[in-house]
Amino acid sequence: MTARSLVDRAGTALGLIVVAGVFGALIGPQFFSPGNLELMARQTAIVSMAAIGMTMAIVSGGIDLSVGSIIALATVVIALLLRMEVHPVLAALGAVAAGAACGLVNGVLITQLRVVPFIVTLGTMLIIRGVAKGLAEERRIEAPVTWLNDLLRVPRGGALLPSGIWLVIGLALLVAGLLRYTRFGRHVFAIGSNERMARLCGVAITRTKIVVYVLTAMFAGLAGVLQFSKLSVGDPTVAVGLELDVIAAVIIGGGSLLGGRGTVAGTLIGAAIMTVIQIGCSQHGLANWVQQIVTGIIIVAAVALDRMRTSGGE
Amino acid sequence: MRGIRKSFGATVALDGVDLAVSPGEICGLIGQNGAGKSTLMGVLAGALRPDAGEMRIDGARYAPASPIEGRRAGVAMIYQELSLAPHLSVTENVLLGAEPTRHGLLDRARMRDQAGRALAELGHTDIPLDAPVGSLSVATQQLVEIARALAVGCRVLVLDEPTSSLGRADVEGLFALLQRLKAQGHAIVYISHFIEEVTEVADRFIVLRDGRNAGGGPTAGATHDAIVALMVGASVGNLFPRSARARGDAVLDVASLEPGSASFTLHRGEILGIAGLIGSGRTRLLRTVFGLEPVRSGRVRVAAFEGPATPHQRWRQGVGMLSEDRKEEGLALALDIADNLTLTRLSAFGRGGLLSPSRQRAAAAGWIRRMDIKCAGPSQRAGELSGGNQQKIAIARLLQHDVDVLVLDEPTRGIDVGSKAQIYTLIDALVADAPGRAPKAILMVSSYLPELLGVCDRIAVMRRGRLGEPRPVAAYSEHELMRAATGGGAGA
Repeated sequence: MTARSLVDRAGTALGLIVVAGVFGALIGPQFFSPGNLELMARQTAIVSMAAIGMTMAIVSGGIDLSVGSIIALATVVIALLLRMEVHPVLAALGAVAAGAACGLVNGVLITQLRVVPFIVTLGTMLIIRGVAKGLAEERRIEAPVTWLNDLLRVPRGGALLPSGIWLVIGLALLVAGLLRYTRFGRHVFAIGSNERMARLCGVAITRTKIVVYVLTAMFAGLAGVLQFSKLSVGDPTVAVGLELDVIAAVIIGGGSLLGGRGTVAGTLIGAAIMTVIQIGCSQHGLANWVQQIVTGIIIVAAVALDRMRTSGGE
Repeated sequence: MRGIRKSFGATVALDGVDLAVSPGEICGLIGQNGAGKSTLMGVLAGALRPDAGEMRIDGARYAPASPIEGRRAGVAMIYQELSLAPHLSVTENVLLGAEPTRHGLLDRARMRDQAGRALAELGHTDIPLDAPVGSLSVATQQLVEIARALAVGCRVLVLDEPTSSLGRADVEGLFALLQRLKAQGHAIVYISHFIEEVTEVADRFIVLRDGRNAGGGPTAGATHDAIVALMVGASVGNLFPRSARARGDAVLDVASLEPGSASFTLHRGEILGIAGLIGSGRTRLLRTVFGLEPVRSGRVRVAAFEGPATPHQRWRQGVGMLSEDRKEEGLALALDIADNLTLTRLSAFGRGGLLSPSRQRAAAAGWIRRMDIKCAGPSQRAGELSGGNQQKIAIARLLQHDVDVLVLDEPTRGIDVGSKAQIYTLIDALVADAPGRAPKAILMVSSYLPELLGVCDRIAVMRRGRLGEPRPVAAYSEHELMRAATGGGAGA
């Protein structure tokens, strides 16, 4: 029992070790050099940030397909605010607020219209993308250079990692704690595991779900801040299809689309696995199409392995 | 089946079990949860491979590698949870996997013809062939599933707890049908928790205990007590203890409540039972009282709180509800025991929205001990436990919340005799007159009449969406309750 639960918990981490080990063997020890590890961390930061939020949506039994569009909207909002000479901190907060507004729309539509999250967010994915393009007048928006552009830069001096990565780590710890050590977190799990039971037990379902979608979208907004930092312009066409990478990270990390299961740690490892494959393939000189095939196989294999593990126990 | 043996890891689920059924015979299979009934049926159906032993059908060796092979050999299972496609029509469901085709296309005319004949064999030509199965009653869906078994030419029909979601009238219909199939020469294995059902419908019975044959024989002449003794291995005392009870303050007052046309007052220190057929509106009434369904008119008053309320408010007013549907509404099977137990009152485990999982687990450990819940510990997932232990968790949630009024919908559905006895004892202790604490009040619905008569102080009968006046339990016998519920005169 304990041995099995250990494998249960460490399953995703083992997957990461295996994948990293394979590329380490193919490429050599320089694959694990500090510089390369940091490159991977920077590469994975945007997906990881959005995936922290997505973990909450998926644990609650829902999904948010609009995060890619929210990321694009966030970059546009930051660029527009910076052009109006708003303080960079306020510009970043503006992007997060724009995300929160999108999440509020998602949450209210899902709970009031009683339409499944997949459909609602499929709709808002298009709507928000349209809004971003409209705001940007279908162009990239140049913005003055500020420290916001350095969030994912190689740090100078003593800092071990770029500040954007620290932000991801800090917020990951916060959300992990939120899910485990707060009433809200346990309500999210209860709703995802069995919504009818949650209702019977007096859980405020509507309110909890709305908060989940607002938080998910705020994390997408933060991912947008990191995306802007990488691009240094506001781009309404960025992050198309990124929501699928984000969802894949949560699923590889042990989240269940049926709800009730998922952890922040697992999600981050899931995101890391995908990044290791991408960078490993490109450094080994494999073409982009090989990366895509390998990533696809990993997604299906991760879920299949998970199914085998859990069904074996019942 | 002879000498069937099956182990899972170190656990021996079946240890040399024999089972024989002849054509034209109904054999009842009885046993507590965990006695090995499901494993034995899994082996028979081909879902599990036995470690030792052999099976023969009509003398021919039968060793199915999969349920499909089992089906082809003529063994059909009807499980507790029906396996039908709700959006497909009756015809399509009956012939699912065995559709007649012509030139690779479905032969619709022949499909209707074959399905119609299978239903006619059951004596049910009244079922609409084109209706989507999801629109039919549970009893009718069960008929469709039996018709499917006949359509593929089954010779051994196995029914697992077939009456668990049927009302009494439907149960009688099913029994008549089984007699008909028996007369047609089918061999039938009937699995049930209800000893009365087995003695009523079966010719012979077999009791399994701890993976072995504990006994059996013809049902004619076998007494209820004797069979229970075989199941539990020792003689049991009175299943329904009854301590001294003293009726206290009124805590729940329902007046002309619609839906349900219900008026009653529930006091501390008493158990008010609601009898009635499935579909008579019993569950709806409980759900309306608890705020899960809207009040159309009338009044619900809980202690000093008046008016309709949400489930959230009901919990705060000291009312807790146990759902009849453990899997879909009772428990979060993917979550652990501690989470399930403490969900309604997480605020007791930390301040300002924060939680202490260790305190949750400590509280859960207390209930696991007090209620004798068989599990690995508070962190085990609820879905890994047996039905009886899951039900104890669902009930413990109400006790953990420390509600004054317990609204129980089918508190012992689908659980073994041992757990039932424990739950009866517990319910009795809650309303018992004891110094130093106020007794609880219990409102409960049950389809199992001996249970209602055994534990309740007063019983009201629900018929066609209308609740009758509660009467003292002494005014009823099982027979009279049944008559009142089915509209045969007295009461209601």
